[in-house]
Amino acid sequence: MDDLALAIRMAGIRKSFSGNVVLNEVDFGLRRGEVHVLAGGNGAGKSTLMKILQGVYSLDAGRIEIDGRDVVLHSIHEARQAGIGMVFQEFSLIPTLSVAKNVFLGTERLARSHLLDDASSVTRTREIFADMGVDIDPNMPMSKLGTAYWQLTEIAKALAQNAKVLILDEPTASLAKHEVELLFALVGRLAASGISIIYISHRMDEIFRIADRITVLRDGNRVLTAPLSELSPADVVEAIVGRKVDGTLQWRERTVDRSGAPLLEVRALSAGRRVQDVSFVAHAGEIIGLAGLMGSGRTELARCLFGIDPIDSGTVHIHGKQIELRSSADAIAVGIALIPEDRRVQGLVLQHSVRDNLLITQLKGLRRGPLLNDRKGSATAAKLIQQLSVKTASPNLAVGRLSGGNQQKVVIGKWLGTDPEILIMDEPTAGVDIGTKSEIIERIRDLADAGKVVVVISSELPELLAVSDRIVVLRSGSIEREFERHEIENEHTLQLAIQGVSS
Amino acid sequence: MTDLAPLAALAGSPPGRLQILARRLGTDWRQYVIYIGFVTIFVIFAVTLNDKGFLQTNNLLNIPRQASSVAVAAVAMTFLISCAEIDLSVGSLVGLSGLAAAYGSLHGGLITAILAAVGVGLLIGVVNGVLVTYVEIPSFLVTLAMLWMIRGFGQWRTDSKAQPIASEAFRTLFGSNTMRIVWLVVFAVVGAIVLNKTRAGRYVLATGGNRTAAEFSGISTRKLKFYVFVGTSLCAAFAGMMVAANLNNYGKYENGTGLELSVIAAVILGGTSLFGGKGSIAGTIFGALFVQLIGNGLLLSGLESSQLDIIKGAIIIVAVALRREKSGAR
Repeated sequence: MDDLALAIRMAGIRKSFSGNVVLNEVDFGLRRGEVHVLAGGNGAGKSTLMKILQGVYSLDAGRIEIDGRDVVLHSIHEARQAGIGMVFQEFSLIPTLSVAKNVFLGTERLARSHLLDDASSVTRTREIFADMGVDIDPNMPMSKLGTAYWQLTEIAKALAQNAKVLILDEPTASLAKHEVELLFALVGRLAASGISIIYISHRMDEIFRIADRITVLRDGNRVLTAPLSELSPADVVEAIVGRKVDGTLQWRERTVDRSGAPLLEVRALSAGRRVQDVSFVAHAGEIIGLAGLMGSGRTELARCLFGIDPIDSGTVHIHGKQIELRSSADAIAVGIALIPEDRRVQGLVLQHSVRDNLLITQLKGLRRGPLLNDRKGSATAAKLIQQLSVKTASPNLAVGRLSGGNQQKVVIGKWLGTDPEILIMDEPTAGVDIGTKSEIIERIRDLADAGKVVVVISSELPELLAVSDRIVVLRSGSIEREFERHEIENEHTLQLAIQGVSS
Repeated sequence: MTDLAPLAALAGSPPGRLQILARRLGTDWRQYVIYIGFVTIFVIFAVTLNDKGFLQTNNLLNIPRQASSVAVAAVAMTFLISCAEIDLSVGSLVGLSGLAAAYGSLHGGLITAILAAVGVGLLIGVVNGVLVTYVEIPSFLVTLAMLWMIRGFGQWRTDSKAQPIASEAFRTLFGSNTMRIVWLVVFAVVGAIVLNKTRAGRYVLATGGNRTAAEFSGISTRKLKFYVFVGTSLCAAFAGMMVAANLNNYGKYENGTGLELSVIAAVILGGTSLFGGKGSIAGTIFGALFVQLIGNGLLLSGLESSQLDIIKGAIIIVAVALRREKSGAR
């Protein structure tokens, strides 16, 4: 490879955290003016590699060259001075300040009096936007602008600091379709002007549209670097997924009686920009898997069904009867329970005990006169702990001190206590070890066997394939395809469907 | 390059030029509530209280004079609230720094008095700053505790007695009618320049607006907050000198009791967000003047100070309610 054409060369990068090897001898080369995709599953090492490049983490071994010169990056600041610009997914912008003030935040332009020269920042910001080919009023406060503008302002901020390398982390995750087109056009023009772009994405269609080359990481190793012109989407998916993971998550065919009326029926549901015309049915005893990329509307659909997000149009029926979902109380009243995505924030009060967390949803049933019946409460909690085999030293232990998997069991138990008919689980096994994972899957099957409808949302395909009777694939808020489980040959087939690549 | 000009159609809120204009005219009046309120009340008093001498020069000048010590402390508090912190100890510090100045004036003169008061302010500011930014105790708790400790210390060391200011120069410099207005103007102008025209001011607003984002932009928010705490205490000590040098010419531990609340009221009335990220020095000054204006007019109209407090409270609620922005706009 012609090293002179490389904007960045990372060679033999090694990094481990407390004995865990996260990056193992990774090489990464970025040519000038190219769009280079960095792909890989969760925990593959993408973000660690990028954080090393940004000076956030130090490296254990290996070296970094920028424009052919060896560098050691100790801080975000140093990386920025070396020309590396990061477009943060979570945005490093201040909502209360204007666009121009944000673009020059940290690198303010000063007049000769040493006071801030905002007039010149506004002019310069306007020039940068003009070069980018976008039209944003530099004087607008950030808080008045939509997500797409935030992204563009982030990019402008990096360019204002003379970034030669831009790192875009899942930049389309929060964009609508036509906004994505504009972003792609911009990326193309930036690359043409000699700026190198590292583009982190899982979306196969995007990758093939805008990127020149791709590097795939898996389990901390680089498994592929190649021009995309030499690859097929199937090749890339295979590199990301690797060999079949392991056999602990096995699909077991279940029989579901679909002769009667469905327990849950969703008709042409639309809400906001993320849920558009979604219809599906579920019979008692059925496990429905919801698959889709981040931002495909999975979580938003769950929130609608639980009455948190308002429904714009469409109806939801339970046992054939149309129901109103104006609040989560409405949803609970008709027997819907949601086990939310982020258990630590939405599911548990971490400093409260296991017992109190389990009982919070069913205090009504535990009343004795105006007071709570403590003995009955303890008995109920003990029963749930046993039923879900929560590993805790005592029901009175703060739930925050349990392992992730056991915390998740407590969240499930919290809702089981209310005896719901429909359970929606958003990423039920996120951050859970493999042993507990199969245990949770076993519990999900038990629930369905008991005649409940379980809707499982998951990004982890092996798990989704193991547990679901049917899988609904969402894409940009609408249903892309619906599969009977036995129609899906393997993870690969499902991955392609999620990516919107027809097999 | 211009094919993307109609990008206006992209995000959820397409800001066409006309719409921007409409929005500015439509909602921005809320930002000016304090000025609109000030002028409105002023006109009402001017009409209804003319025969009671409201418009006499001396009465009108009394408004900024009486507002001056609150305004000086409030300028600093604007910075602190803008970066999403608060200081409840400024009232007690006004008392203690006045006492320090009185001792200083007895044992030296003008310079010793100033150094003693500033020294007390510096010490309290450093303590507040370290506890909040390095020990990471919420500022509300730290400064609430300091409120009691400072006042208790002052009372204990003086046996609850007032301490006269022994320096005539000190009394003139900080307490005369003219100087009080001069200090008000100086603090207002310097404060406005620092907040709007220097990096420090910009970083204060950024830190209050989104601390994580500010950190990612290379701002050391911890250090910044520390300095803002020190600055607030120094300004409160300055206000303490003004109060001590004023009318009574003495320092007493209970000078400034409740003043922290007037200071916070002035800042919030002036349009600074309690959640940080937004601040206005001009607004703060007018907030302080507004409260004084109401008091002045209502006293002239013959109300008692107890009734006056009720009306003052009600007007503050109305003013803040009018200024309130719809939440969840983004």
